[in-house]
Amino acid sequence: MNWASWSDFWAMGGYAPYVWGSFGVVAATLVAELWAIGARRRALLRLVADGSGSEEAA
Amino acid sequence: MPLTDINWFYYAAPQRFVPLAGRLVPWFGAAAVLLGLAGLWVGFFVAPTDATQGEVYRIIFVHVPAAWMSMIVYLAMAFWAGIGLAFNARLASMMALALAPTGALMTFLALWTGALWGKPTWGTWWVWDARLTSELLLFFLYIGYLSLHAAIDDPRRADRAAALLALVGAVNVPIIYFSVQWWNTLHQGASVSLTRSPSMATTMLTGMLLMALAFWAYCIAVALARLRIIALERERDTVWARRALEAA
Repeated sequence: MNWASWSDFWAMGGYAPYVWGSFGVVAATLVAELWAIGARRRALLRLVADGSGSEEAA
Repeated sequence: MPLTDINWFYYAAPQRFVPLAGRLVPWFGAAAVLLGLAGLWVGFFVAPTDATQGEVYRIIFVHVPAAWMSMIVYLAMAFWAGIGLAFNARLASMMALALAPTGALMTFLALWTGALWGKPTWGTWWVWDARLTSELLLFFLYIGYLSLHAAIDDPRRADRAAALLALVGAVNVPIIYFSVQWWNTLHQGASVSLTRSPSMATTMLTGMLLMALAFWAYCIAVALARLRIIALERERDTVWARRALEAA
């Protein structure tokens, strides 16, 4: 096992800002991408539901 | 069943591929989660501390997967854009459009994690060497593809124009890949090769490969999910799309 304690783990040998700054941004952007797809899907469902979303109506 | 009796283009119709994509997304999503958890476990709890870099090398477990996917997704995007352009295949063009945002994200992550790795190890956030510069160019190509597509009103014309941009930009991908051989770069050369044994510790390599597969599965899942929405948006006046949207 690499880490003597959890605080060692979070400290990452002094490199915590770099390591967690990397993994954190990866996690955040992945979540944001999933949310954005969900938002686009909900927008499409709303567009179609109110009946005005067809190209014929436009 | 003779090969000539098989309809090889059965799934080329949006109506047929959209339900299939819907069934595939959860599998690739689950694979991404499982591979990611395994990769993070190996990366943080199995792979040892690096003799030279200490703990900061662990950024490799996201930096390399993101960089690999930035290139693979671009090649896939250019491929499908080319198919859509050459064969007037709507679904292929939609797939290219679905891949672009994910590829752009992967490129951003490669650049971001690379900068955070470079500062403590090289002493600089950025340098205009061949690899970093060509990866930044890749990011601009993704943004350019999406911008050009958004700028043209007719979706099919937009598909064709953006396809040309994607195809021309594809020459950048081998430049990125071979940059560390062709030029004198600050970025290190390849540690992993198809022809030589790897020059990194086995546990580190295992973690990196698990994360690479996780990122790949994630990209496929997200691209298929986005493709479904793009196809349903474009085809929303058809009977099949209406049924699919009402069922959702």
